[in-house]
Amino acid sequence: MEQLKTIGRELAMGSQGGAWAGQSKEFLDLVKSIGEARSKAEEDRIILLEIETLRRRIAEPDVPRRRMKDYIIRLVYAEMLGHDASFGYIHAVKMTHDDSLALKRTGYLAVTLFLSDDHDLIILIINTIQKDLRSDNYLIVCAALTAACKLINEETIPAVLPQVVDLLAHPKEAVRKKAVMALHRFYQRSPSSVSHLISNFRKKLCDNDPGVMGASLYPLFDFITEDVNSYKDLVTSFVSVLKQVAERKLPKTYDYHQMPAPFIQIKLLKILALLGSGDKQTSGHIYNVLSDIFRKCETSSNIGNAVLYECICCVSSIYPNAKLMDSAIEATSKFLKSDSHNLKYMGIDSLGRLIKINPDIAEEHQLAVIDCLEDPDDTLKRKTFELLYKMTKSSNVEVIVDRMIDYMISINDNHYKTEIASRCVALAEQFAPSNQWFIQTMNKVFEHAGDLVNVRVAHNLMRLISEGFGEDDEGADSQLRSSAVDSYLRILGEPKLPSLFLQVICWVLGEYGTADGKYAVSYIIGKLCDVTEAHLCNDTVKAYAISAIMKICAFEIAAGRKVEMLPECQSFIDELSASHSTDLQQRAYELQALLSLDSQAVGSVLPLDASCEDIEVDKELSFLNNFVQQSIEMGANPYLPESEQLGMSGVSNFRSPYQQEASSHTLRFEAYELPKPSSIPVIPQASVLTQTRDLVPVPGTTYYRENNLGSKLPTGPEASSADVGIKLRLDGVQKKWGKPTYSSSSSGATSAEKTTNGIGAHQDGIRSQSRDTVYDSRRQQPEVSAEKQRLAASLFSSSASKTEKKPTSGQRMPKGSDANAEKSSVARSVSPGNSEVKTAAPDLLDFGEPVPISAPTIDPFKELEGLIGPAQAVIDNSITTSGVQAPDLMATLYMDTPPSGSRSSSSGLVSEGVYSTDKGSHTAKPTPAVKKGPNLQDALGKDATVRQVGVTPTGNNPNLFRDLLG
Amino acid sequence: MIHFVLLLSRQGKVRLTKWYSPYSQKERTKVIHELSGLILARAPKLCNFVEWRGYKVVYRRYASLYFCMCIDADDNELEILEIIHHFVEILDRYFGSVCELDLIFNFHKAYYVLDEILIAGELQESSKKTVARLITAQLVETALMFNL
Repeated sequence: MEQLKTIGRELAMGSQGGAWAGQSKEFLDLVKSIGEARSKAEEDRIILLEIETLRRRIAEPDVPRRRMKDYIIRLVYAEMLGHDASFGYIHAVKMTHDDSLALKRTGYLAVTLFLSDDHDLIILIINTIQKDLRSDNYLIVCAALTAACKLINEETIPAVLPQVVDLLAHPKEAVRKKAVMALHRFYQRSPSSVSHLISNFRKKLCDNDPGVMGASLYPLFDFITEDVNSYKDLVTSFVSVLKQVAERKLPKTYDYHQMPAPFIQIKLLKILALLGSGDKQTSGHIYNVLSDIFRKCETSSNIGNAVLYECICCVSSIYPNAKLMDSAIEATSKFLKSDSHNLKYMGIDSLGRLIKINPDIAEEHQLAVIDCLEDPDDTLKRKTFELLYKMTKSSNVEVIVDRMIDYMISINDNHYKTEIASRCVALAEQFAPSNQWFIQTMNKVFEHAGDLVNVRVAHNLMRLISEGFGEDDEGADSQLRSSAVDSYLRILGEPKLPSLFLQVICWVLGEYGTADGKYAVSYIIGKLCDVTEAHLCNDTVKAYAISAIMKICAFEIAAGRKVEMLPECQSFIDELSASHSTDLQQRAYELQALLSLDSQAVGSVLPLDASCEDIEVDKELSFLNNFVQQSIEMGANPYLPESEQLGMSGVSNFRSPYQQEASSHTLRFEAYELPKPSSIPVIPQASVLTQTRDLVPVPGTTYYRENNLGSKLPTGPEASSADVGIKLRLDGVQKKWGKPTYSSSSSGATSAEKTTNGIGAHQDGIRSQSRDTVYDSRRQQPEVSAEKQRLAASLFSSSASKTEKKPTSGQRMPKGSDANAEKSSVARSVSPGNSEVKTAAPDLLDFGEPVPISAPTIDPFKELEGLIGPAQAVIDNSITTSGVQAPDLMATLYMDTPPSGSRSSSSGLVSEGVYSTDKGSHTAKPTPAVKKGPNLQDALGKDATVRQVGVTPTGNNPNLFRDLLG
Repeated sequence: MIHFVLLLSRQGKVRLTKWYSPYSQKERTKVIHELSGLILARAPKLCNFVEWRGYKVVYRRYASLYFCMCIDADDNELEILEIIHHFVEILDRYFGSVCELDLIFNFHKAYYVLDEILIAGELQESSKKTVARLITAQLVETALMFNL
């Protein structure tokens, strides 16, 4: 009787919108105290206390099942707040064994939240899942399938796979759907485990239930991504399904905000984009349905735009069609012109896709693009940089890379910094107008993101400086080198430099520091010693520094001059001789040894500017043959290649030549040796050479090679990759660099900022007006290649000084002291010779202060209400009108089950179902609008319940009672 | 694919988390910390998307609650925005004018609802009625059990 009463109360509470039924007082207190906690520390204290209590209670014998359920939920809560509740996992696992659905679901919920798919306890659940998958109760099967999606890993897939496959034929559509999704998950875990089931998925595409059909699209999408060609036959099916969806042949319940099944449409469009990619014939099937959807898409709702965006993606992926391109361009420009940041973002993304097909369309939208670039919203800005990256050409590379670097300097997000730095580098390598610009750009990238960029970039830079670019213009090369040396000596004054950049600097100073005779030997050596002191540097930088010193000394000695050791240099050498790093020690000793050699020997050890010379390497080490022969005759063991030593093959590829060589003349006299720790056999090539050097006189070239290799790349194992993979992509580049171009100064970016500060004030007034003029002027010049230049001009224009500077900077070195004065004067008055574009310039760009588009802050929820209103109406309609009339074949397949009947019967059985009578406004009340917004009855009911359980929202969080949708 | 779902209050308190990709407990704490710093600070008129560690996080604010979903870089953001809304609408039907307190005290029920909408990081059901029918069936079944 008592029990019945509690149930009665629970059910009553359930009818209050399902609020807080079935929770213990303790749980409510816990949540309440967490809600009132004023600091993270207080919250942690409460939770830790709670965890202690639970640890004690949960271990007590014979905890009643419902109490245990409460404990488990409290554990989930503790874990959600970031605390460890692993002691309770086993109890959650036990709860999955329970027979009742309520407890079983709680158990499954807890384990899916607690355990990752490689947890040891999973093995205890497999059996339960297997049993539950065979259950007669489809709800239990559903719960087990949901759990299987999370918990089953590659190893355990075979244990449940046959049952899940059987469930594909289950009479309940919910079960079929979940089974498809579970198999999709299995496919992601281990593609081979379900690849034989492809025909089942194809069959599910024709399932009677739209939900199951929709689910089958996920695995099919994955399969098609893997192998497009095997699924071309499905194109017509996909197209016809999409057509029927778009023509509203699906039950009304799949409508969302008046769009027919938009989520299914989106998935289908993704699939068609894959299938039609680069395939003219397949694309031909798709055109019709795409243009239908373009026509039907509701651009006023968010979901309509989502479908539209997917259409644009599809158009840009399939074989181009002029009419569809026009629709896509039109939709894109609508996005870009929208006030919503979200749509602008999608517009920028769409534009990035469409320019791949037709680069010219960017022209029309360049002003919108520049607006997005200037937007205070970081997300939009980054997306725009992505677009700029895609549309970079040699004509606009300078502006774009400058902007990117400015932005890179301004952000703290390391992940994005790395990305944008690597983009800058890629663009600079591909499109650099002059080598000087290239080096200066690289310097900036290194200076501000040095530790984030790939090591390869540094090697490319060194290679570029040493190899030069003009094949026969030796003068230009040496000019480049000395300008690099100049800039590095200047940069060394900066307080903090990334270690990768220091490595480059050391190497360049070592190779070319004294080459033009501008700087004294002692000055360069002094600077190199300073590097290691002034900057906190690691062994690698020290190694670069000492090798650089060694080279400079060698050049001096070879030239017959005497090298005087500076005291700080001597102490540096002494420090390294006592270093813990053997590499540094060796370099220090080598330097000391070198100093005592005569000029001829030194000259052949370290020849001047020979870093690009090819070095012949005797990979067979044939000069050792005599020695090896002798040793073997004296009874030494012959060398066994690693692969044979370990009984396996392919330890490291780069030594395979001698592995084969060695194995050809050795006998395998022992079947298996004891496996050795893998660290022993992996000896870097360089150190092999080092070891052998003591034993046999090595020709000078080899010695130099090792030395050079080491100084370039002290980290041994990477040596091979440096030699092979790191070629600067010079093939296409060199031609570009060959062109006569001006060299821009590094101070361009700063000048840009200055200029706009001066101009910003009177921008807004003439903004729109001047835009029109710019636009017109652009239209008048229709040549294709000019479009980028104009964009560049518009990007430039904010720094009108820069355009102005173009002709002059060639003559002047960047150091020129009057540069700033001139720039500022340009900024103040636009010179009379400037074109129309230039006058408009200041309005296009506001570098310094982003001008926020003045708009009153509108409550986003107001907008939301508008969205929800009509949707609700649709839902209600669909419920009241049972049975959808649709003449087509598809409609009969997708015939809705009589909804109102089943619904009313269920709520009649148990009056406190979720949609209990007073909530049943869906069916009963004719005016759906009443339901929305703060419902007085609901609010009162909830308030009463709140008082009942003693929870009052404090001033800490006054919003708690506001309806999420209201 | 959706990698995780986060519900955060305006104060940065966690209301619900669901992880569809593997994250250790330590990573989870870090992710929540990073994202709450990133998202809660954003002004209302800006994009509802944030690029984060090579992924994108789509968020939407309802009253004092932020619903966030982390997706791959090539997913459709607007679609995810509507999936969030779909979830909220169903919660609204389930709880009846849902408010934050409902989710605080009934977070496990919110999980059940979420499990009917998303599975393995994908949208499994876009029909509100189908979801509602399943959840009702489960409630009926659970209620019956207490009668026995």
